[in-house]
Amino acid sequence: MADDVSVTGTNMFNHRVDGPMEQFEILPIFDLHLGAIDVSFTNSALWMLIGTGAIIVFFFFATRRAALIPGRVQSMAEVFYQFVADLVRDTIGPEGRKFFPYVFTLFIWILIMNLFGLLPSLPVIIPHELHTFTPTSHLIVTLALAMVTITIVIVYGFYKNGLGFFKLFAPSGVPLWLMPILVPVEVISFLSRPLSLAIRLFANMFAGHVILKLFAGFVVSLLSAGGAVMLFGIAPFLGAIAVTALEFLVAALQAYVFAVLTCIYLNDAVHAADH
Amino acid sequence: MSVFAIVTSAAAAAAEEAQGEAASAGLPQLDPTWWPSQLFWLAITFSALYWLMSSRFLPAIGGAIEERRDRIADDLDKAGDFERAAEEAETTYNQALADAKAKAQGIAADTRAEMDAEIARLQAETDEKLDEQIASAEARINEMKTDAAAKVSEAAAETARAVVETLIDEAPTAEAVERAVESAARG
Repeated sequence: MADDVSVTGTNMFNHRVDGPMEQFEILPIFDLHLGAIDVSFTNSALWMLIGTGAIIVFFFFATRRAALIPGRVQSMAEVFYQFVADLVRDTIGPEGRKFFPYVFTLFIWILIMNLFGLLPSLPVIIPHELHTFTPTSHLIVTLALAMVTITIVIVYGFYKNGLGFFKLFAPSGVPLWLMPILVPVEVISFLSRPLSLAIRLFANMFAGHVILKLFAGFVVSLLSAGGAVMLFGIAPFLGAIAVTALEFLVAALQAYVFAVLTCIYLNDAVHAADH
Repeated sequence: MSVFAIVTSAAAAAAEEAQGEAASAGLPQLDPTWWPSQLFWLAITFSALYWLMSSRFLPAIGGAIEERRDRIADDLDKAGDFERAAEEAETTYNQALADAKAKAQGIAADTRAEMDAEIARLQAETDEKLDEQIASAEARINEMKTDAAAKVSEAAAETARAVVETLIDEAPTAEAVERAVESAARG
């Protein structure tokens, strides 16, 4: 379809216009096998490495000289630190200290993956497999992160509370006749936590990028139509700008939401027996 | 064909293309081919980051924040100490000032009393001297007065004797002259 000489499919640079789903395609950069399992280095892996590498470089410079009077980079790192530390302390309490590195890593990793996914790519010069990619727009990645959180909740919950962890499903102070209804509801809500956690982040990233791509696609299509029609490209162009701004907000917000929910679930694990 | 029609057809074509892609390839997210690879690289990057964060970066940042907090608390403590010391010094100074003032007033009062006493003493001395002088002068005047009176009565007696001798050519006795002069002086 894209090769047709139609209204869409080519722009004024005679470049093929990608559909809104192409940006989510996984493209191998070099092959790598672990036994029979294909763990090739892909564009997803590349952007995980770029994002993680950027975080490491940032924190390396932030902590190179842990000065009493912080420089700019150290101040920024301290803002992140205080932000997550306050979140963990407020949600879990003093016992949350041991989870702080995990929540912090989770928050900063998701934040940077989300934000770096919004970087622009140069379509012609840079090959497709090196285009900007958002690892968090893939359900398998967000689901894996959610499963790590839930695994920590379950393992720590039983380690800390023993069988008292089951009190999570039977809150005290509830009349006995309500239990047959309440316990299944609580169990289902607990089991749906990793799914809701994973799908929330994935769907936000996915939908945002689809909308961005659709608006951008309209701009290109209308421009390639030529003539007075090109003027109508302004509307989707402004739309794309607005959605880009919104996506920056969503990127930060979803990283925060993931961290907050992780803290809330961890709080359940820590204080299950107190219910 | 109107402009609107061109716009809608362009938009529809774009949307159709999008749908066609999605339908033909399916959602890339639901293709299990690349799941192991994604999980593998997620595990590597995330655990590497977690390890660096928990062992190096977060302790360093937390340490710096802690150190700063301690230092500020220390400095505030020190400032409090200095303030207390300054207050103490002020009270000591005020005390010393009050003492000095009291002392000065005491000295002034003493000096005044001493001077008053000295003045009184000098005055008394002078008064006494003057009184003495006045008394001696009065005595001298009295002496001179009686002396003069005696000389007058002697002269009067001599004159009376000379007058009587000349008149009656007989020398009167001293007692008679004296009696006569006295009665004349009294009269």
